[in-house]
Amino acid sequence: MITLRTERRAAAAVIYRNFSLIRRYLGWELVFAFYNAVNALTIGLIGLTQPGPGQGMRVLYLSIGALLWNFLSVLFFEVSNSVMWERWEGTIEYSFMAPIRRVTYLFGVCAYAIVYGLVRTLIVLVAIALFFHLPLAQADLPGALLVLAASSVPFIGLGLFGAIMPMLSAERGAQATQVIQGVILLVSGIYYPISVLPHWLQAVSWLSPATYTLNAVRDAALRGAGVASLLPTVLGLLAAGALLVPAGLYAFSIAERYALRAGKLKRNG
Amino acid sequence: MYAIECLDVQKQFRPEGDHPWRRRKEKVTALAGISFTVEEGECFGILGPNGSGKSTLIRLISTLLVPDAGVVRVFGHDVTKAPHEVRRLIHRVSVEASFFKKLSAQENLDYASGLYGLDRMAARQRAQEILLRLGLPKDKIRAPLEEMSRGQQQKVAIARALLTSPTLLLLDEPTTGLDPRSRRDVQEFIEEIRATDRTTIILSTHDMQEAQRLCDRVAIIRGGQFIALDTPTNLAARYGGGNGLEAAFLALSGEDLSLEEELEA
Ligand SMILES: Nc1ncnc2c1ncn2[C@@H]1O[C@H](COP(=O)(O)OP(=O)(O)OP(=O)(O)O)[C@@H](O)[C@H]1O
Ligand SMILES: [Mg+2]
Repeated sequence: MITLRTERRAAAAVIYRNFSLIRRYLGWELVFAFYNAVNALTIGLIGLTQPGPGQGMRVLYLSIGALLWNFLSVLFFEVSNSVMWERWEGTIEYSFMAPIRRVTYLFGVCAYAIVYGLVRTLIVLVAIALFFHLPLAQADLPGALLVLAASSVPFIGLGLFGAIMPMLSAERGAQATQVIQGVILLVSGIYYPISVLPHWLQAVSWLSPATYTLNAVRDAALRGAGVASLLPTVLGLLAAGALLVPAGLYAFSIAERYALRAGKLKRNG
Repeated sequence: MYAIECLDVQKQFRPEGDHPWRRRKEKVTALAGISFTVEEGECFGILGPNGSGKSTLIRLISTLLVPDAGVVRVFGHDVTKAPHEVRRLIHRVSVEASFFKKLSAQENLDYASGLYGLDRMAARQRAQEILLRLGLPKDKIRAPLEEMSRGQQQKVAIARALLTSPTLLLLDEPTTGLDPRSRRDVQEFIEEIRATDRTTIILSTHDMQEAQRLCDRVAIIRGGQFIALDTPTNLAARYGGGNGLEAAFLALSGEDLSLEEELEA
């Protein structure tokens, strides 16, 4: 009972801390949000370069890519970045010395990442909605949202893997995170069908949960696919999450044990 | 039961730039086999030159490092096998204050107390008492940590540790870089918590007077080994030629080989 309360308070403390940090870095947050919104608009505008009846759908196709990528990359980055941030501040030893389960700490990090990712994406969505007249008559929005929700689970799993490197080395970790993110961006068909990729890369595409997410969300938004027909993808994403999240937690715990043996958390003092 | 029990504890590190696939450098020995026990309620001092292994030893006891060999027990719990149990009992203050620098002291302490599952309002109350007692101006508690002086940050770090009422408090050079008044504030406060809570304390320091004043026993560490362990008074008498603990420290930690031979004999 007491343990449960302790763990709940600990997770809340991590979330609260991150939101406090946002308040202190509000200037940056506004700049990031502005850049994200403008970036999404410029990508949407590409859809208008070819005249013709398909214009609206092309803009919608690209906007979905921009929105989803915004959400999933923020999710991945926030989870993997949390450890990096603590290393830079030097607080990592204090967070890891607390008598709570590591899962609790990471749960706090992930819960925060989801809320924060949603807020950031909502800002972009508002910008897109104000800027373009998107044809949404055919769209099945509940279906699209369901896919989005399901996709956050495997992405959190990937984020946990992404958090491992920063635990072992602050700089290398930051580099690794960028590379992983870049690969996902390339192969997942964010702004184009993956059929345009070279064959060998297409094979990699099917490993990325983002590929399935985008396909399904586009089916829902462009072609009105309903919840029932999206269910296989949703279940697939959840299954991938059920595999990736425990695997990520396990890998994290192995890496933490290594870090404690090799003295990687912090060395000066 | 001992508060701390260390049996032949050893720790080596790979130097920076040495990779598993290409070993080029010798390992650095931080601790070369240390054994000692600390009684409950004792204040145990660790004195030693830079790089002698003080912080490594404190990290091992605080579950932030795993020993290569040997056993470390905190109130009977093995730090390697039962880190969770150990973590419930301890807290640590390091030389660097280690906070989220843009956050205020209040926000940092909220985070710290939350991690330990404390009730936020009760923890805030207690933090304020501690900070007031340590002489931190009241308006400072809401200012970002980066706007505080080192000494003020260190006081917040001490408050962070004491908030959780640790049974074992590990202090790694808590007064290094503090002005004389702040140092005295901190030292008096350490005496106070010893008197009231019977907290066991491990204190590493470069300040001989501090060790003399606060510690029941002092270990002198050099090259990862304890080369002497006794009460400050006995150490001063035995190695300092009547010139105090500092003379004893200099004699023991210097390159005085004749003394080393004498010790071995
Ligand atoms: N995490 C680490 N990785 C690599 N080497 C380390 C690590 N921690 C300590 N060392 C090395 O181990 C030795 C002992 O370091 P330690 O920090 O314990 O000394 P110290 O007595 O605390 O010194 P100081 O008085 O400067 O604080 C040093 O040679 C140091 O470089
Ligand atoms: Mg040190």
